[in-house]
Amino acid sequence: MQEIRVTNYPEVLVDRPTHYCPGCQHGIAHRLVAEALTDLGVVDKTIAVSSIGCSVFLYNYLNLDTVEAPHGRAPAVATGVKRARPDAVVFTYQGDGDLASIGMAEIMHCANRGERVTVIFVNNTVYGMTGGQMAPTTLVGQKTTTCPGGRCLEREGAPIRMSEIIASLGGTAYCERVAVNTVKNVLGAKKAIRKAFQYQLDGKGFSFVEVLSTCPTNWRMTPVAANERVASEMIPYFPLGTFKDIAATEGA
Amino acid sequence: MPSRVQFREDRCKGCLLCVQACPSGIIQQSSRFNQQGYKVAEVPAERMAECKGCAFCAIMCPDFAIHVFKTKEAA
Ligand SMILES: Cc1ncc(C[n+]2csc(CCOP(=O)(O)OP(=O)(O)O)c2C)c(N)n1
Ligand code: SF4
Ligand code: SF4
Ligand code: SF4
Repeated sequence: MQEIRVTNYPEVLVDRPTHYCPGCQHGIAHRLVAEALTDLGVVDKTIAVSSIGCSVFLYNYLNLDTVEAPHGRAPAVATGVKRARPDAVVFTYQGDGDLASIGMAEIMHCANRGERVTVIFVNNTVYGMTGGQMAPTTLVGQKTTTCPGGRCLEREGAPIRMSEIIASLGGTAYCERVAVNTVKNVLGAKKAIRKAFQYQLDGKGFSFVEVLSTCPTNWRMTPVAANERVASEMIPYFPLGTFKDIAATEGA
Repeated sequence: MPSRVQFREDRCKGCLLCVQACPSGIIQQSSRFNQQGYKVAEVPAERMAECKGCAFCAIMCPDFAIHVFKTKEAA
């Protein structure tokens, strides 16, 4: 009789407790990035560009060379890193406040230029780190500290669907929205993240994966209820799927 | 082929996403607090035999707090 361990956490995922709140799915997204880089055998040549938000301490959890970008500017920093080190695998890891609000210009132009970088976009519909203010992705009716009566369509506009916008830009090679609310979706997210890095390695262009994620603390929900909200409220507005895949169109 | 899970109690934050994910329904919140003050998840010893070794719990755990083991007959 021989006992084997089924769970193999990649070495690049640093073995230390995270600062994230209970049930916060940043941890799952970190693990999926670590698994993808490990599976592709590119850990040693990867440079991460972290952003501002709860994931600001990404470098504490992924044992990678990391550049910490100012709020929203990660795609611009990643552009510089990739152009200076074209052989490196370069990715940004950004929240929705970071990417879709203050960093809207940087992400749009980075995608449009078709920079050979990968963006992991964690959309939890709020500014997590600063206490749950409304983000461009906050759902209509969702209560936050800056829209205590709920986001109002007339006053604040509709939540921005980033994947659909990014997919419409010329330089984008691959764009997919995933969730990590069920085992099946986590496995799908893992595939998408791996594919995004593969496209970068193949020099195909800009790759983007939006990960729907929870912020139980600022949603004022238990982790289990927050996870259920992903299916009941987020996915209906932010549908999962591939919004652009140049390999699929090339092959057609 | 028996399987078992091991919770790294110092890492567990008691979020219970593993409870929601387990197809055998054998994970529960214990009455123990860890050093961080979270009530940790557990599988009661008498129910461990029902573990399928599917690792669904580990896939959903945001804190890498679960290890899953399977036992194989030596070849
Ligand atoms: C230039 C600048 N403006 C504002 C802030 C304050 N700030 C820190 S984190 C953050 C929002 C983060 O939200 P998000 O990107 O959604 O990430 P999350 O914390 O939800 O993961 C803001 C506005 C800052 N650090 N720098
Ligand atoms: S505030 Fe929200 S995003 Fe930040 S660690 Fe807590 S749950 Fe995660
Ligand atoms: S491995 Fe599967 S059956 Fe065993 S505790 Fe985890 S989820 Fe439940
Ligand atoms: S999912 Fe992980 S952190 Fe959450 S209760 Fe289960 S073991 Fe603990």
